[in-house]
Amino acid sequence: MHELSICTAIAAIVGEHAEGRPVDLVRLDVGALRQVVPDTLTYSWGVTVEGTPLAGSVLEVREIPAVLRCSTCGADTTITVPVFRCPCGSTATEVVSGEELLVTSLELAAA
Amino acid sequence: MGRFHRHADGRVEHHDHDHEHDHGTDARDVGDHSGYESGDLRVDVLEKILGENERTAEANRHDFAAAGVAVVNVMSSPGAGKTTLLCEVFDRLTPDLRIGVIEGDIETAIDADRLAATGVPVALVNTANGFGGECHLDATMVRSALDRLALDDLDLVVIENVGNLVCPAEFDVGESARLMVYSITEGEEKPLKYPVMFRSADVVAINKTDLLPHLDFDLAAFESNLHDVNPGAARLHTSARTGQGVDAVSDWFRAVVATRATPDPTG
Repeated sequence: MHELSICTAIAAIVGEHAEGRPVDLVRLDVGALRQVVPDTLTYSWGVTVEGTPLAGSVLEVREIPAVLRCSTCGADTTITVPVFRCPCGSTATEVVSGEELLVTSLELAAA
Repeated sequence: MGRFHRHADGRVEHHDHDHEHDHGTDARDVGDHSGYESGDLRVDVLEKILGENERTAEANRHDFAAAGVAVVNVMSSPGAGKTTLLCEVFDRLTPDLRIGVIEGDIETAIDADRLAATGVPVALVNTANGFGGECHLDATMVRSALDRLALDDLDLVVIENVGNLVCPAEFDVGESARLMVYSITEGEEKPLKYPVMFRSADVVAINKTDLLPHLDFDLAAFESNLHDVNPGAARLHTSARTGQGVDAVSDWFRAVVATRATPDPTG
């Protein structure tokens, strides 16, 4: 349940950027290689912000696919299982996306 | 107001900059075009969620380097044998290395007491403050333990993390290296189910090998799964009970200590 810790960190970032203004929506990028469960995250968000100025705001999670770049053949491959090997057979790969864990933007409530 | 548009992460090229506002030279726009002055409801943020943890981890790393101490983060599922293995390793290392321990547990001092019995100083961090009880150590919790260890008088700090195959892997605490203890009673498929943890390890101790004759465990299949997830991880076969591999784990700790920074007397 590190989703609760993550929500606490998100709330701190949102609070700093919202500067007291009401927030409707918080947009996140979550990479497929982070063991963060989007449904658990959105549930934990409700628990975390209950009774705070952010109560009622919603998380919108954009899942970012895991992409490997092969150091041997140069190809980019999207993986859906945690096997870090290029179709060419090489295990010399670099993760080029899928490790994101970012607050990207906020949507403030209309006045 | 530099916190807006802090591009701390190189992988933010997907950024949708689709809102309308003036990027002109109006003084109010310099360094802060957060986009709400004209009634725009969108605020761009682009901050790493764990950025605060990363900053604290860097502060820890700086303090460890200044003290000339190597730091190993030891992680595993509950019951994999971290504490027993560490007790055996400490028996081999303490004659010539000065070791301190940061022990993370949700509740109790049981493991901390066992490690302290080997003669090393132990700073216990119980993570059950706050609601729920944290399932991992984060950089701030580790930092809170530092004033209870005399870092300048140590060669090695061992952080025994909370037993958990998911959460500890996500939190950098400022360590120099990560040891994962995996027990063969856990099943061959675990690297595929918990790839973040297995990928984050520099070395995996495959523990409780004394049980191999009694289990249907397929060691080759496990090692193949581990290789799929983390081709670069070193592997050591260990049994704290028979002593198999304990010397090899101890040698790995010595190698980590050998690479530590020279103490900075001004730090």
